[in-house]
Amino acid sequence: MNTAPLLNAEGIKAHFPVKAGPLSPLKGVVRAVDGVDLSLYRGETLGLVGESGCGKSTLGRALLGLIPITGGRVQLEGTSVLDQPPAKLKAMRREMQLIFQDPFAALDPRQTVGNAVRVALDINNIGKRSERQQIVEDIFAEVGLRPEHTHRFPHEFSGGQRQRVVIARALVLRPRFVVCDEPVSALDVSVQAQILNLLKRLQQDHQLTYLFVSHNLGVIEYMADRVAVMYYGKIVEIAERTELFRQPRHPYTRALMAAVPAPDPTARADELPMLGEPPDPMFLPDGCRFRNRCPMAIERCALEEPALIAVSSTHQSACWRNNTLI
Amino acid sequence: MTALNRIPIAERDVQEEKLPLLQVRGLRTCFESHYGSVTAVNELDLTVYPGEVLALVGESGCGKSVTAMSLMRLVEAPGRIESGQISFDGRDLLTLSTQEMTELRGAEIAMIFQQPKGSLNPVKRIGSQIAEQFERRRGMPHAKAWKLAVGLLERVGIPGAAEKAKAYPHQLSGGQAQRVMTAIALALEPRLLIADEPTTALDVTVQAQILRLLTERCRSHQTALILVTHDLGVVAQVADRVAVMYAGRIVEEAPVETLFANPSHPYTRGLLNAIPRGNHYSESRLEEIPGTVPVLGRNPEGCGFADRCQASYAGRLNQCSTQTPPTTRIAQGHTTRCWIYHSGDAQ
Repeated sequence: MNTAPLLNAEGIKAHFPVKAGPLSPLKGVVRAVDGVDLSLYRGETLGLVGESGCGKSTLGRALLGLIPITGGRVQLEGTSVLDQPPAKLKAMRREMQLIFQDPFAALDPRQTVGNAVRVALDINNIGKRSERQQIVEDIFAEVGLRPEHTHRFPHEFSGGQRQRVVIARALVLRPRFVVCDEPVSALDVSVQAQILNLLKRLQQDHQLTYLFVSHNLGVIEYMADRVAVMYYGKIVEIAERTELFRQPRHPYTRALMAAVPAPDPTARADELPMLGEPPDPMFLPDGCRFRNRCPMAIERCALEEPALIAVSSTHQSACWRNNTLI
Repeated sequence: MTALNRIPIAERDVQEEKLPLLQVRGLRTCFESHYGSVTAVNELDLTVYPGEVLALVGESGCGKSVTAMSLMRLVEAPGRIESGQISFDGRDLLTLSTQEMTELRGAEIAMIFQQPKGSLNPVKRIGSQIAEQFERRRGMPHAKAWKLAVGLLERVGIPGAAEKAKAYPHQLSGGQAQRVMTAIALALEPRLLIADEPTTALDVTVQAQILRLLTERCRSHQTALILVTHDLGVVAQVADRVAVMYAGRIVEEAPVETLFANPSHPYTRGLLNAIPRGNHYSESRLEEIPGTVPVLGRNPEGCGFADRCQASYAGRLNQCSTQTPPTTRIAQGHTTRCWIYHSGDAQ
């Protein structure tokens, strides 16, 4: 790992006003991403985990400059991503790509998959026209598809094969940073393993840096070098993978891990954590936003919001009780 | 009381002597399509005892939801149950009249669906949707039925039930909506509950609560539960017995501990090895099952798993692609459908 991060994000905020209708008064603000600092180092996978609606996909898109952010900055190798002139931004976009969750929705049903991938080359004017089909076939081979597949339409493929096409499309521009947004959640278990292994192999071959977004802790543990746990707009814990899974510090991380049903009948949970319902993201509690579901909450949690504090050199947690909960 | 307590193994043996609540024999459900008849469920045998949780596991398209719908006789055209027997408490459901079946649904066998919000009536208060059961089936006056509905909402863990009963489905979270679905299903105290992926649309923290609600009910009321799921973690945590489906057939059935400790069918083994979990590290690769889930009806002869199977190498197993393997019993309560286990001296 290099010491200088490939991607550096500081104080990212993505707030969305909520109105009942276009002319109605403001009902409230959803703070989907509410002040997130992240660094990704070359060749690593940072896992981002959390419940649905916690802002993990929004954060991934914010890092790519795909949604307007309301605060903070993102730098790719020291160059700001967000305030570039269009031509420069287009060049930078080649370096940063997104792999979508649902391979059924991410491909145009009326376009051959080869065409869907080649468009990226056309737009960026890569290679001669005559060479582009070859480039597409090469990337298809890399993701485990055959050259003749380029002429087919999405409906002719299974979910796993479609996800291979989506991966080919993201990688054909040879990006350095890739956001994988739940890339296997729409796939069956037997196919999921194929895609995870493919993503790992491609990462090694091309020194890719992944932000790997998933709600599945098993998948995160398999893929990630470091893991960030997100709760309604904030990173509440971030640590090196093994450390996080062996010694989770934040009560939310612990509850999340305890709630995952272990695929082992001899390790049946005697007590499942009772967390109550997830909160309405428009009305999060003051202070620590997890406190109304937290079994460990104390008075201070309602008064002040805890910041991420280092509990070891590779582990940070945002909890007032960091020192008492071990 | 522990959260997800199972029936201890010793007691389960005793249970085998109990009369089964549901016994399915040779169930076959087909769908007519442009390409001819597609068999979604084939030669399916299933036995469920009172108070137990039977997990029906498999990947998308393997026929587990069609099985669940078949048991409720809710398969609609172009689908139809071709043959078989579904014996519930001694009565063959396939011979009942439509009227008799309607009376049985909800009262004796109830179903919980995957998408709770899609399954609730969006323009009716949730209290009324529960109360309706008592009004229609038990001829109860509305006020009394409403009271029972509120009581049920309390029992499934909806805070402020009296107020919440007046809410409409869109005012509920996904977890709450699934609790309401569960309340509707439990209203008439059915003896068999069929839950089709009840927690797939929910977050893990909420999933844990719903599973707990369902299993506690099984233990306290001797309600039998058929849990349709693709999540082997859920299976390991709540099931007593497991039936693994592949391409329309049950390929392996065993008590949950046996299945995880000693899986016999190559598909089950592949599936268990393909789950990402803690003991894998970046250096080791996750085991893959090559190929993809087959399109149903492509290969009516032969084992549905043959072309993905890593065990079907030996010459003597060339019947894998030409003949469907029979169900072989390999231990007490453990059956498998694979030629490897079928030899002349085996049963």
